[in-house]
Amino acid sequence: MSLRRLPALDPLGTLLSAVGVVALVFLPFVVFKANRIVPGEARALLEFLPAWAALSFVLVLALVALVAVGVSNARVRLAFALAGVIAVASAVAAAGNALTPPGNQVIRISPGAGFWLLLIGLGLLATDAVTRMRPGPGMRVLLLVLSVLAAGLAIASGAFDHLSIMREYAVNSDRFAREARRHLLLAFGSLAAAVVVALPLGILCHRIPRIRAGVLGVLNLIQTIPSIALFGILMAPLGALAAAVPWAADLGIRGIGAAPAVVALFLYSLLPVVANTVVGLARVSPAAVDAARGMGLTRGQILAHIELPLALPVILTGIRIVLVQNIGLVTVAALIGGGGFGAFVFQGIGQTAMDLVLLGAIPIVMLAFSSALLLDALVDLMNRAAR
Amino acid sequence: MPRAATLLRIAAIGLLVGFLAAPQRFAPLFAPLTQYGAPPIYDQGNLLSLALAHLGTVFIAAAASTLVAVGLAILVTRASGAQFLSLSRTLANIGQTFPPVAVLAVAVPLVGFGQTPTLIALFAYGLLPIFENTVAGFQGCPPAVIEAANGMGMSARQRLLAVELPLAMPLILEGVRLSLVINVGTATIGSTVAAKGLGEVIIAGLLSNNTAFVLQGGLLTGLMAILLYDAMVMLERRLLRTVPA
Repeated sequence: MSLRRLPALDPLGTLLSAVGVVALVFLPFVVFKANRIVPGEARALLEFLPAWAALSFVLVLALVALVAVGVSNARVRLAFALAGVIAVASAVAAAGNALTPPGNQVIRISPGAGFWLLLIGLGLLATDAVTRMRPGPGMRVLLLVLSVLAAGLAIASGAFDHLSIMREYAVNSDRFAREARRHLLLAFGSLAAAVVVALPLGILCHRIPRIRAGVLGVLNLIQTIPSIALFGILMAPLGALAAAVPWAADLGIRGIGAAPAVVALFLYSLLPVVANTVVGLARVSPAAVDAARGMGLTRGQILAHIELPLALPVILTGIRIVLVQNIGLVTVAALIGGGGFGAFVFQGIGQTAMDLVLLGAIPIVMLAFSSALLLDALVDLMNRAAR
Repeated sequence: MPRAATLLRIAAIGLLVGFLAAPQRFAPLFAPLTQYGAPPIYDQGNLLSLALAHLGTVFIAAAASTLVAVGLAILVTRASGAQFLSLSRTLANIGQTFPPVAVLAVAVPLVGFGQTPTLIALFAYGLLPIFENTVAGFQGCPPAVIEAANGMGMSARQRLLAVELPLAMPLILEGVRLSLVINVGTATIGSTVAAKGLGEVIIAGLLSNNTAFVLQGGLLTGLMAILLYDAMVMLERRLLRTVPA
């Protein structure tokens, strides 16, 4: 039998399966630490799973790999990838329960590199399956909501409570809610302020070509200032303002904390929104504007009813860029006392407590990813409506 | 206009080199920003060596991400790798949502503190603009040109090297430029995990409440970013001139 007669192997599935085998065989699935800051030691599957469970775990993963390599139906691939995710999550939950001595609050059971690699591989497999199904915007949002709900329920059920990251959460639970609110407030607040300023500025740049290069040049320049430096530089004038103007201090404007963070994020947010507004308005066909003018619409009416709605998808793309960028940059604001999830990240880095770092980093990534997905779906929806 | 740009460029280079060579000369400028007799110029390390370390990190990361991103883009735009294209696009999009600080923070438990996590974060963050632009560059090659190359009896390899890569070059360079400029700023965050670079100056300023440090660290990185951007634009223009349109 020649090689050609074999059914075609799925290249991505083969690659991911190989990665999965490496992760399972050579990398630690969970790591046992005597306390939260010491380096841990690896624990093998059989040390925390009974033989039958370990066997079925490996069997499920082998099945997933077989499907990934040989089956081309996207729905089947998605189903098996999700089954793999459930298996990996259950195994890590079981490890937490089995390896923690009752009542012990000091030792830490951390998911190891093998766990993360398996999870990423399965996630890629699922993402690829979803991409192949070409879901519409509504379906994508539904899938996102369902996976967030599933993950939330799994965490709320307490299955993972013995794992290191959830231990850190238990210690910081009231602070977690506060930093989450702060993170969202900083990211969305500065975005809202930026849109209020950038939209008219973009319209102005579109109407008066002479100022366009200057405005975009200055905004470009602001982008080259590193975020840490901009936060720091703004501390001085805001501190001086608070000292000189009593009501400014009453409003909460101070040299450290949220105020310099909001101002810096606002400044960074201007460029993408202004630039995209200009591009979006420039793309509106002159014929449409002419027709509206012929119908006797005023300039304001043309702007509100013709130009802005037609430019909206491009403007929204700019807003998506800003939102994702802001969610990431708010992290850095924690360095100047701005709060947000970055507080956990930098505190964790300072204490070399990596579980605390992850407690901050994972929500940031999830938040950025979800907002990107939601806004992408919205842009898609508008483009479809426009057609 | 071009003359004004040249003057500005020379002034920026002069300022950067002058500051790095003799920072103490600028002490009177920064002195009003300090309090209680704190030093106006960073004195816990040599600014020049910090700047060089900063640039070194940025360039190593950018070189690595250019190699990998262009290689990947070549793979997914060949007929044999076409089915990876939509997934790699999705991945590139997902990757872009990862904040660099998060990449940095996640890399630390894997490789420890210092230069390595910074390199990883910069590498990962630099991949995406280059990949996207290279794919766009290849897909923008006019089909007629590709057919002509095939008709001339070029092998796939010759076509890639002699036709597609040169045609895609301006877009590839634009991607590299984006990555470089983002990296210069992002590398400052690396100093929170003990990487050597100008971020050290900014963080020292934040910790000791010394605005002069923060400002000079920010100014130096900003200047380097602008000059790099400018140099890349000039390089792009020169290359564009040598490639017959």
